Amino acid sequence: MTPTLDQLQAAFGRLLSAAEPPADGTARVVDYTAKGYHFDATVAPQQVVEAARLLDQIGFALDAITGVDWIAQNEMEVVYDFFHPSANLRVVVRTRIPREKPEVPTISEVFPGANWHERETHDFFGIRFSGHPDLSPLLLPEDADYHPLRKDFAA
Amino acid sequence: MELLAETNHNETFVLNLGPQHPATHGVLRIKLTMDGEYITRAEPVCGYIHRMHEKMGENRSYAKFLPNTGRIDYLSAMHYTHAFVGAVERAMRIEMPRRAEFIRVITSELNRISSHLVWLGAFLLDLGGFTPLLYAFDDREKILDLLEAITGARLTYCYYRIGGLCNDVDDAFIKGAREFVAHMRPRLKMYRELVTENIILRKRLVGIGPISAEMCRKYGATGPVIRGSGVAYDVRRAEPYSVYPELDFEIPVFPEGDSMARYLVRMEELKQSLGIIEQALDKLPDGPVMAQVPRVVKPPAGDYCYAVEAARGRFMVRIVSDGGEIPYRVKLRSPSFSNLSLFEEASRGMMLPDALALLGSLDLVIPDIDR
Repeated sequence: MTPTLDQLQAAFGRLLSAAEPPADGTARVVDYTAKGYHFDATVAPQQVVEAARLLDQIGFALDAITGVDWIAQNEMEVVYDFFHPSANLRVVVRTRIPREKPEVPTISEVFPGANWHERETHDFFGIRFSGHPDLSPLLLPEDADYHPLRKDFAA
Repeated sequence: MELLAETNHNETFVLNLGPQHPATHGVLRIKLTMDGEYITRAEPVCGYIHRMHEKMGENRSYAKFLPNTGRIDYLSAMHYTHAFVGAVERAMRIEMPRRAEFIRVITSELNRISSHLVWLGAFLLDLGGFTPLLYAFDDREKILDLLEAITGARLTYCYYRIGGLCNDVDDAFIKGAREFVAHMRPRLKMYRELVTENIILRKRLVGIGPISAEMCRKYGATGPVIRGSGVAYDVRRAEPYSVYPELDFEIPVFPEGDSMARYLVRMEELKQSLGIIEQALDKLPDGPVMAQVPRVVKPPAGDYCYAVEAARGRFMVRIVSDGGEIPYRVKLRSPSFSNLSLFEEASRGMMLPDALALLGSLDLVIPDIDR
């Protein structure tokens, strides 16, 4: 089964309108040549597992998970990248969380490969992935209590 | 008198593989929980050579970060620099000169061959065969000499620049590249006769370390790993970049999913890369190798991705710009990281020597995992 952009648009449209409590998410097709991905969705933090499950069901593979520290807006962004092994599609799913309590549910139940990407994101940003089996440092030293990619990190 | 001691058959023990062990090709440690000769759990411990490249990207300009990217996977520097300059060129909407694109393809494919030759030698060394390494490094030396003449470096190339190349190729390089292709074709036949058909190798690899296409998808494994599991996923086709769409080449796929399939994918890729180099040399147009690039690189605010097919799989750079001279965020998605992440699941229940063959067939570069 090869998904199309129209299917993605429809599926994410349903996902976003079903958000409980209602959240202002977006999902749109973007110009690949300009951005390097085909589809860009912003969902509420509690919807990332559902979004991952949706993409899993239509055959997407996990590319990477990472964060961005938007310190001026006092927010953290978690970015999930997916690629499709046969449909030649790239999808980005994002969510924003408050900087004081950066927490999103883990998607490692859906994509076991997310385990390491989330551990790395926890290392670098201190974003907690609730339900994650082991958030101990992966790349940083085992006793690291700092998060170097936070914009207020000072060595 | 009892000759045998009473043993508890549920007992396991912990065995450390690495961080200094020849089979891990660098500073990777694997904590193995063993039930006799069998692995019940293999937990990779990473980070021994973590350098925080992504943080370095946030405190220097785009051009100054470029040399870092060639030092992540040091065997695949051309591809890694390509992804980074590609991301910046995409953000800045720079139109690349065609000659530069063809030279990028030629040098990238030469780099792929040299990387696969290091893998071939090191992998067979893991399996106890010493001789092939000497042949592989002999061939690789010719590529290093060719690339050194035009790039000034033998390994950590920084040849691609934002908007083109730092240097045009000369006639000696073109002649040398053609000679290398002619030299390498009969060598592939020699490798097949010397190594691929060797019964000892086949007994170590055939049916050992199966990885399914589904496992690759769930873990994001790419490159020869996913192609050895029967999925024709190659970034050069899936997200066409540079002038690859104009060149004729096949994506080698083997459906078995065992260590032998991954071996065969890489051996077949050597042949395909030679074909790509030959075509690109034939089509190489004249013209400049550098586009008009602003003196100060300030991509418009937003995020931009660029993925390439590196020797080990999908390498993607995501840059987030706030409109300034310095990247707001640089994310490096490296293939070895995802390819290793499936090792725990794939090695469960295997015998230790077979797991080492599996590890070798993943072709890991440790600095690429740790970044």
